[in-house]
Amino acid sequence: MILIGERINGMFKDIREAIMNKDPEPVRYWAKRQYEKCATYLDVNTGPTVEKEDQPAIMEWLVKTAQEAAPLPCCIDSTNPDAIEAGLKVHQGKAMINSTTADQWKMDIYIPMAAKYNAAIIGLAMNEKGVPKSASDRIALAMEIVVNCDMNGVPMEDLYIDPLMLPCNVAQEHGVEVLETLRQIKTLADPAPRTTMGLSNASQRCTNRHLINRTFLIMSMANGLDSAIADVDDDELLDAVASANILLNKEIYCDSFLKTFRAR
Amino acid sequence: MAVTIAKEKWTSKVGEMVLGADSSVKAGGESTLPFLHFEGDVPNKVVLALEVWDLEPVDWPEILKAPFEGVLADPVAWAKKNVEYGADAVALRLMSAHPDFKDASPEDCAATAKAVAEAVNVPLIIIGCGVEEKDAEVLEKVGEALAGKNCLLGCATEKNYKTITATAMVNGHSVVASSPLDINLAKQLNILMTEMNLPTNRIAIDPLVGALGYGIEYAYSIMERARMGALMGDKMLAMPVICFVGQEAWKAKEAKSPDDESPEWGAQERRAILWEVLTTTTFAQAGGSIFVLRHPETVKQVKVHVDKMMESNAY
Repeated sequence: MILIGERINGMFKDIREAIMNKDPEPVRYWAKRQYEKCATYLDVNTGPTVEKEDQPAIMEWLVKTAQEAAPLPCCIDSTNPDAIEAGLKVHQGKAMINSTTADQWKMDIYIPMAAKYNAAIIGLAMNEKGVPKSASDRIALAMEIVVNCDMNGVPMEDLYIDPLMLPCNVAQEHGVEVLETLRQIKTLADPAPRTTMGLSNASQRCTNRHLINRTFLIMSMANGLDSAIADVDDDELLDAVASANILLNKEIYCDSFLKTFRAR
Repeated sequence: MAVTIAKEKWTSKVGEMVLGADSSVKAGGESTLPFLHFEGDVPNKVVLALEVWDLEPVDWPEILKAPFEGVLADPVAWAKKNVEYGADAVALRLMSAHPDFKDASPEDCAATAKAVAEAVNVPLIIIGCGVEEKDAEVLEKVGEALAGKNCLLGCATEKNYKTITATAMVNGHSVVASSPLDINLAKQLNILMTEMNLPTNRIAIDPLVGALGYGIEYAYSIMERARMGALMGDKMLAMPVICFVGQEAWKAKEAKSPDDESPEWGAQERRAILWEVLTTTTFAQAGGSIFVLRHPETVKQVKVHVDKMMESNAY
């Protein structure tokens, strides 16, 4: 399981203030902490309060600060292509672009960018019309992204399709569709594209968020989820993923499996 | 249409174990499946060791005793003979420590080990008598006596690994970690030993193999699984594998039964040696790195096979 630590995001108060004050400490803290909690990537997002024209400079600063503190690649998270490219330019190692939708004009920007910087890319199974309701509509959009990646020479191992989970209190019927989408994505190409998910979406404005996130993550893993943007500071989540790895025969069992999962 | 050679991109490799006072022998280090030179490195040949007992073996078949005539009661002379026969290492089995035999003291065993170590210039593998409590005491003394010789001590089990690991760490040896045909237990034992701060490249996995016709396929699949785990980044399975083939192959009826007893099986000498050779080459295909053998002819034949397999098949 590729865990993408969600914490360096301007939506969180400490990161928002760090960005405002140009104080690197909170970014460093979360980079290190998520590294210790076995994140594979660090998601970095300027948050909604940063002005559009400031976003590239802030993204550059976030990527540099995070990578100085922890030896991890970043998942550069923005709706602003200039901000993403600014992050890619200073990034060390193989970055991940978060994200493109299946709109052609967006794919024409982001997928060549992934090819140029040899970065992985997240493709959201949605377009300007919004999030599709059924698995088959999600799959149709996923196929558009697969084709565009193939045309641009982005290998399937570098494409992470996100079937888009919605909050289970207001969009409950989407859960099973997402699970079915995950299963079918694996039939779109050989080798198959990878899959990812913004896990915390599943539980927005619900009670028992950790429980809901954890449960849905495990159900998704059983259906072929390869990666998730998640709260790696949640030890019960990590324990559940470690157990699922064993049950899916992705890692060879031993009595210390919770420990080996966390070992770097 | 052109054929594209499918090459797996492995992310990790087997750790490399170094043996001997002069670090002359290396095992493991592969970054690919056995002998697939075209998609990774196979830096070291398999290590072929011949056994020496510190007590004359009573139930060995005549054809196994014959090459060692005159030295079976003298471990030092026997060890030298093994080197003459081309063994890469000498595996000294301290059978005299067994309570059912001489119940020799750890000090006596250490003296024998020291004498053997001084007589030969190849690395030593020191194997206890198989009684876990006794082996812990014996290997502690032997490890001390051979400090700096960079030997491979065994066999550590779930019950006695603590003493043996501590000895190995203090005196600079590596350890054989044995687990009964169970990859989960093998992994767990490796974790316990590394938690004592023994480096991962100083552990050899002993899956307690069976010989041809006697459960070879169980060990084969476990060794394959360990290799795949190692290549996919499981550090607790990224150790070279040691196989006690001589011990198992020469237990087989097909190896022990003389010509007149089973005429339908053909001449004993040919089938007995083939039993040991085939078990070895099979395990080499499964990813075995160190082989503890008994008959010198086996060493000769396996060497020919391995030399051929080590020729690069890169495209």
